[in-house]
Amino acid sequence: MLADFLQYDFLRHTFLTGILIGIIAPLLGTFIVVRRLSLIADALSHVTLAGIAFGMMMEKKFAVTFLTPFYSGMAFSVLGSILIEKLRGVYKAYQELAIPIIMSGGVGLSVIFISVADGFNTDLFNYLFGSVSAVSQNDFLLILVISIIIVGVVALFYKELFTLSFDEEHATVSGLHAKRIHLLFIVLTALVIAASIRIVGVLLVSALMTLPVAASMRLAKGFKQMMFLSVIFGELAVMIGLISGYYLSIPPGGTIVMVSIVILLLSIGIKKLRPNLSKVRESE
Amino acid sequence: MTIPVVSMENISFAYEEKTILENVNLEIPRGAFMGLVGPNGGGKTTLIKLILGLQQPNQGSIRILNQPVRQFRNWNKLGFVSQKANAFNRGFPATVFEVVSMGLTAKVGYLKFLTKKHKEKIMQAIDQVGMLEYARENVGNLSGGQQQRVFIARSLVNEPELLILDEPTVGVDQENVKRFYDLLHQLNEERGITLLLVTHDTGIMTEHATDLVCLNKTLHFHGEPEVYTSLSGEDLSRIYGHPVNIVTHNH
Ligand SMILES: Nc1ncnc2c1ncn2[C@@H]1O[C@H](COP(=O)(O)OP(=O)(O)OP(=O)(O)O)[C@@H](O)[C@H]1O
Ligand SMILES: [Mg+2]
Repeated sequence: MLADFLQYDFLRHTFLTGILIGIIAPLLGTFIVVRRLSLIADALSHVTLAGIAFGMMMEKKFAVTFLTPFYSGMAFSVLGSILIEKLRGVYKAYQELAIPIIMSGGVGLSVIFISVADGFNTDLFNYLFGSVSAVSQNDFLLILVISIIIVGVVALFYKELFTLSFDEEHATVSGLHAKRIHLLFIVLTALVIAASIRIVGVLLVSALMTLPVAASMRLAKGFKQMMFLSVIFGELAVMIGLISGYYLSIPPGGTIVMVSIVILLLSIGIKKLRPNLSKVRESE
Repeated sequence: MTIPVVSMENISFAYEEKTILENVNLEIPRGAFMGLVGPNGGGKTTLIKLILGLQQPNQGSIRILNQPVRQFRNWNKLGFVSQKANAFNRGFPATVFEVVSMGLTAKVGYLKFLTKKHKEKIMQAIDQVGMLEYARENVGNLSGGQQQRVFIARSLVNEPELLILDEPTVGVDQENVKRFYDLLHQLNEERGITLLLVTHDTGIMTEHATDLVCLNKTLHFHGEPEVYTSLSGEDLSRIYGHPVNIVTHNH
């Protein structure tokens, strides 16, 4: 079943990229979910879409080729994330307001850029729902670098990210630089989203960050365990989703998300069974 | 005389135009168990925020461990359990061990990892509050009183000199409130930790506290708890601005 993925270059790059985003998306997703910021991923993915559309417009209308939609999407995503963090500072009591502001801004810009670039095409369809054939070698290398950075930063700043997510006031009192760490975190999130979009698509990228976490949350004892389980679930979803999407000719965004939902349902089912299981173990 | 842990001189503070504190002079002597009482909105939490450097006074000076609060950097010498501590996200999947480990985050510092020694300290702190058997449980599954113990352990892990608790027993049942105060008493007597405790329960203060302070914009009373509880109803309604009943506990 994997034969095609190993044989063809473009599929191999997709597959390797899939392995990477199966790690990094749920990894940051754990922090996003516990901080109740699930919608930020959606807002940022729409800003990324605006960036992608901007890149397409520049290519088509102005023959600018050095700025591929992938890079411009990433640039917009990072800028959008910084803007969200600033807006959250402005509306302290209504921090979630930053999300619809950025999200609608992203969609608005997308519409403008897309129509200037002569409207909808298959490329755009791939960006919306993901594609098994969209990852070039250069894209892959960039995503590899981003993944290394993300795993490194999360490992180095794990205790700060964890402490701040749990209790921001206490963390600040004890002397942590909440603002800087939030900013660092949201920029990382923007990078993950931009990196994942080629495979999962704009509309479904937030699902890959949150659904595996939602599933592992029900099973895990403690935060580290939840992180670990989330990555395993994310990886499973990406692998099964990519392969089945390829053979069924369905954009992988759809299949990956459906696999994630099945995992989520299973975890809810297991949780219901588990109390009985542990009782059995005790009586042995 | 030893240097007080906290000394506030002539403090005034306002949120925009609304004056919350006016001419407050307060010293917390080393080793004290100080109770802080006063009506809702009297400025107790605000006073704590000033001590913790979360707000700056409009007037007056604050010294923490003999350093001006602005220059004070040794924040892990102060432990803090917030009024909102048990309003945390109960679904947050963190074990007792993980929560207590957060107390060390700032102390250990950026780009450094917890060592075996740190982990021993964390277990010690959990032991001190009597939660050892729950160390691997998710904190969200514990009772309110148990959670408060965990939050105290999160401060204790830093071996603080001053522990500030803002109404820590709200929502904790009577039986556990008693055990909770016994724990505080023990921390104060045996470990010599100075305590500043905000509470509405003046009865229990007579049993444990060495000092009692009553705050309503200004300090209305500072002395021994026994003296406070012997104040007449009229004196108290002057302080509170409305009639009050004193709750007394006869154990
Ligand atoms: N962030 C804020 N902005 C504006 N006003 C505030 C703020 N926080 C508190 N206040 C006001 O300051 C006053 C004192 O509040 P504070 O929280 O210090 O009272 P408290 O003594 O702790 O009351 P309680 O017993 O209810 O906890 C209140 O009138 C409150 O409305
Ligand atoms: Mg208060």
